[in-house]
Amino acid sequence: MNGDTMTAARQRAENSAAPSPAGGRGGEVVLEVKNVSLSFGGVKAIRGVSFDIRKGEIRAIIGPNGAGKTSMLNVINGFYHPQEGTITYKGATRRRMRPYVAASQGIARTFQNVALFKGMTTLDNIMAGRTLKMKRGFFWQMFRYGPAMTEEVEHRKKVEEIIDFLEIQAIRKIPVGKLPYGLQKRVELGRALAMEPELLLLDEPMAGMNLEEKEDMSRFILDVNDQLGTTIALIEHDMGVVMDLSDRVVVLDYGQKIADGTPEDVQKNQDVIDAYLGVAH
Amino acid sequence: MDLLIQTIWEGLVAGVLYALIALGFVLIFKASGVFNFAQGIMVVFAALTLVGTYEKLAAQGFTGPAAAFTAMAVAIVVMYALAMVVERFVLRPLVNQPDIILFMATFGLTYLLIGAGEVIFGGEPKVMITKELFLPTGSTDLRIPGAGPNGRDGLVLLQHIDIAAAIIASVMIAALAFFFQYTRIGRALRAVADSHKAALSVGISLNQIWVIVWFTAGIVALITGIMWGARSDVSFGLQTIALKALPVLILGGFTSVPGAIIGGLIIGIGEKLGELYLAPMLLGSTLGRGVESWLAYFIALAFLLFRPQGLFGEKIIERI
Repeated sequence: MNGDTMTAARQRAENSAAPSPAGGRGGEVVLEVKNVSLSFGGVKAIRGVSFDIRKGEIRAIIGPNGAGKTSMLNVINGFYHPQEGTITYKGATRRRMRPYVAASQGIARTFQNVALFKGMTTLDNIMAGRTLKMKRGFFWQMFRYGPAMTEEVEHRKKVEEIIDFLEIQAIRKIPVGKLPYGLQKRVELGRALAMEPELLLLDEPMAGMNLEEKEDMSRFILDVNDQLGTTIALIEHDMGVVMDLSDRVVVLDYGQKIADGTPEDVQKNQDVIDAYLGVAH
Repeated sequence: MDLLIQTIWEGLVAGVLYALIALGFVLIFKASGVFNFAQGIMVVFAALTLVGTYEKLAAQGFTGPAAAFTAMAVAIVVMYALAMVVERFVLRPLVNQPDIILFMATFGLTYLLIGAGEVIFGGEPKVMITKELFLPTGSTDLRIPGAGPNGRDGLVLLQHIDIAAAIIASVMIAALAFFFQYTRIGRALRAVADSHKAALSVGISLNQIWVIVWFTAGIVALITGIMWGARSDVSFGLQTIALKALPVLILGGFTSVPGAIIGGLIIGIGEKLGELYLAPMLLGSTLGRGVESWLAYFIALAFLLFRPQGLFGEKIIERI
């Protein structure tokens, strides 16, 4: 990656506390996935995978296509329910997470193929991210009067901050279906940020982007992590990005974990090299 | 000239009422992807609950506006209960099933409601409690200078109930549009319509949204039932007006609220104009009889050939 992100990454490394045994930064464990197995009919998407995510770190999940990365994110935020294993989030251990519980407990996410509300404007999309923060009931909402109005204004302010942060002021009134792909990804990040998450799951935030867009996105991810202290788990195929951004990397292949450690360790791991390049049998 | 104005006015009123029915379909189709065959019977059931409850109250000696509005409150509560029951016992168990299965489930719901309505309130037609609800009756002659034949003044007859229906329906549609556009729940409704997956990820509860949508459709059904009931009477035959909503939906697009309104107006006015101009031309042939009953479907058919997504619907382009 270019100098901008490199400097940021280096600076962050200097600021961070003494590295923990497994490398990287991060405090206590926020989320722990233990022995999770998931299958669809006869297809085993994930087989007995365990790993953890620590507070404040950027955790990358990598692996070849079909390795089970997206399935893993879907298990974490409750879209899929694993047949075996547990997910421990903020001290509570569960077999199956539910999307509503995940969202209300501070897990936000973006999707591989951008899942935005296409007919709605950028502003409305990001406002939708604040659904759980808004409390006024159906009665006041019907009239959009009194408390509901005050609330609307207050949350709008928060949303404008996010819009400024992501530098998308110019597109706030445009229906997102009309925006170019790179900007859609940015709006989707904005919607996730509007939830003020503690754990942010990003599924290929830079897929299909050109170099410049990738640099912008990398900068946003680092800023979110730095300034807001948000813990981030991301899936990414661009190895340069992964190596620059992440504190620790977990590698999946055919649903199994084949490596877990700092970017440097993982890069040297023979299993990882084999998985990516293929190996003669 | 005055005949033309009269015809357009009648078409406009019918159109607004068609739009109300179509709106009920669109609300549910957008949020839960179900074509709700039961929308027509919901109109009858809501109106029947209102009138039936009033009759039962009247039998106890409780009459007048107070009783009418009590019955109205009961009807609203019943529509809410219906929304909860539908969500719990129809939508939730059938989530992720193919659309056709949900569609068939609404057929079941239709017959369930017909049965329930007949058992509780009886099958005979009832008269809408127009006066008790403070709805106007009677009519006004509107004199339009120079609009009559040979330069005489033209006369247009305006039924008061039609004026009230047009106003109430317009206010209702405007309020719904506002609610959808500017409130948290409205945004959540639109969000669910666009993407279930993304809506779930930001913590929107699909179950809650479904209840709200079906309840809103129930309220729209109640208002529609009152208006249609006041023009004819409340009977199970009224549910066939829901079939008139089909051409409206094809014209306006299944997913568009403005489409439902404009589609309703076009069909309403088109029908009446057809009756006025087309019927005399076709007189003598079999087609000439009852232009009003087939013209809407003919227009819809033409639209299906040339613009299947309707005037405002989303064009579906799939990458293959």
